[in-house]
Amino acid sequence: MLKLEGVSAGYGDFQALFGASLDVQAGEAVAVIGPNGAGKTTLLRVISGIIPLREGHLSMEGRPLDRVPAHRIIETGIAHVPENRRLFPRLTVEENLKIGAYLPAARSRFAERLDFVYSLFPRMKERRNQLAGTMSGGEQQMCAIGRALMSGPKLLLMDEPSAGLAPVIVQQVFDLVRRIRSEGYTVLIVEQNIQQVLKVVDRAYLLEVGRIKLSGKSADLLASDEIRRAYIGL
Amino acid sequence: MDTIFDIYLLEAIVNGVLLGGVLGLLALGLNLVFGVIDVVWICYAELVMLGMYTVYFLHVVYGVPVLLACLGAVVVVGVLGALLHYLVIRPVLQSEPINQLLVTGGVLFFLQSFATLVFGIEFRNLGLKLPILNFGEMYFSYARVLAFLVALAGMVGLYLFLTRTFLGTAIRAIAQDREIMPLMGVDSRKLYLVTSGIGGGLAGLAACLLVLQYDVHPAIGLTFGPITFMICVLGGLGNMIGGFVAAFIISQFISIGGFFFHIEWGYVIAFAFFILTMFIRPQGLFGK
Repeated sequence: MLKLEGVSAGYGDFQALFGASLDVQAGEAVAVIGPNGAGKTTLLRVISGIIPLREGHLSMEGRPLDRVPAHRIIETGIAHVPENRRLFPRLTVEENLKIGAYLPAARSRFAERLDFVYSLFPRMKERRNQLAGTMSGGEQQMCAIGRALMSGPKLLLMDEPSAGLAPVIVQQVFDLVRRIRSEGYTVLIVEQNIQQVLKVVDRAYLLEVGRIKLSGKSADLLASDEIRRAYIGL
Repeated sequence: MDTIFDIYLLEAIVNGVLLGGVLGLLALGLNLVFGVIDVVWICYAELVMLGMYTVYFLHVVYGVPVLLACLGAVVVVGVLGALLHYLVIRPVLQSEPINQLLVTGGVLFFLQSFATLVFGIEFRNLGLKLPILNFGEMYFSYARVLAFLVALAGMVGLYLFLTRTFLGTAIRAIAQDREIMPLMGVDSRKLYLVTSGIGGGLAGLAACLLVLQYDVHPAIGLTFGPITFMICVLGGLGNMIGGFVAAFIISQFISIGGFFFHIEWGYVIAFAFFILTMFIRPQGLFGK
């Protein structure tokens, strides 16, 4: 479904990604794991077109994305749940969801998808008229995921959904990811919480200083000595 | 004697409310543009001036019915607002705020000189004779009442647009977080252009209401400009509700001050109140 070949990118003089390649098949959940500053967020931002591609190729369902402007990426079926959720704090929950359905194709199905998101997250329905910035971190994450689903995507990019949340809430967020999977969405998730995320996804890539170091099935990675020693601390 | 006094005071208060509506509408366009794009149109009142000329020329010179002439002015100034953004603001969007201020300041002088050259310095008016309304012992100009009602309708219309439509909601969203708008499929450049067009359209609507009450001349922007900026800053620049409330506060100072002393004193008191507020709350009454 999504394919990255030899992708390099960066900010000004700083290069964050060096020839990263990965692919995501339809129906899969794939994680990109790695330490802080490895280039995980950059990877998702390149896919969404917020950061320009310097080298390499990027395609979604065979359609090249290399020259597609950022605001048109979502039309190809890719929705991005950004780092730190980035809700519009002074808009209500429902208004945030409305912005998620901004695309003309999504507007006509707004009511139907709103019902779907509310059935998935009944808590959001209760808080539909609350300002998004006044909710707890876990609720904000629900709203951010809901906002991404409003565009009717095939592939969901999730950037550190557990970051900055209390341990109990982190559990709930990974449960959310499981539910999104079971709804049939393809998921590409970036996480520092390696032990947890590997329990949710099928496969993972290990990113270190902008390069893919390892890849494989989650179970294999969880069992691998390298991962256990360096990242799980066992 | 006592009752007469009260009625004149009431008349002044009601006139203040009527004035507040028009000032509130004036502040609205400026606040919308600043709140969304983060750029202050120093030349805002000059757009209003061009709108007043548009109504004048369409109606008096070309004989277009006055309502259609007003509609024309809203469209013309709306397009000017979008052009202002496209030609002047967009190239300096990433520059220092001071540079953005200076370019729109430059546009102010450009538009004033342009109007002087093309339209001359005569004072022109529509020559409409609008009736005076009276309630008991109080008298109100029909133009003012009409201006107040239309201003109110304009504000309600903008409120509904910003809260009920996808485009309006996106305009409020982009004011809060512009960086992630592409992830929502929103083209920020297009949204800025639309916002500037609406800001211009509001200036055009204000122009229609002002040309009913005042003569138009190339320097008329200087009459409305400073007070519009003062209202926006008093309410908290970019805060539309703040600007709305501030407009009514300032108009009451002007109207009641003018009732007790003299109309010029009304302005003096209003500006003194403004300066005092700035000492206590530099971010404005409703600013963050």
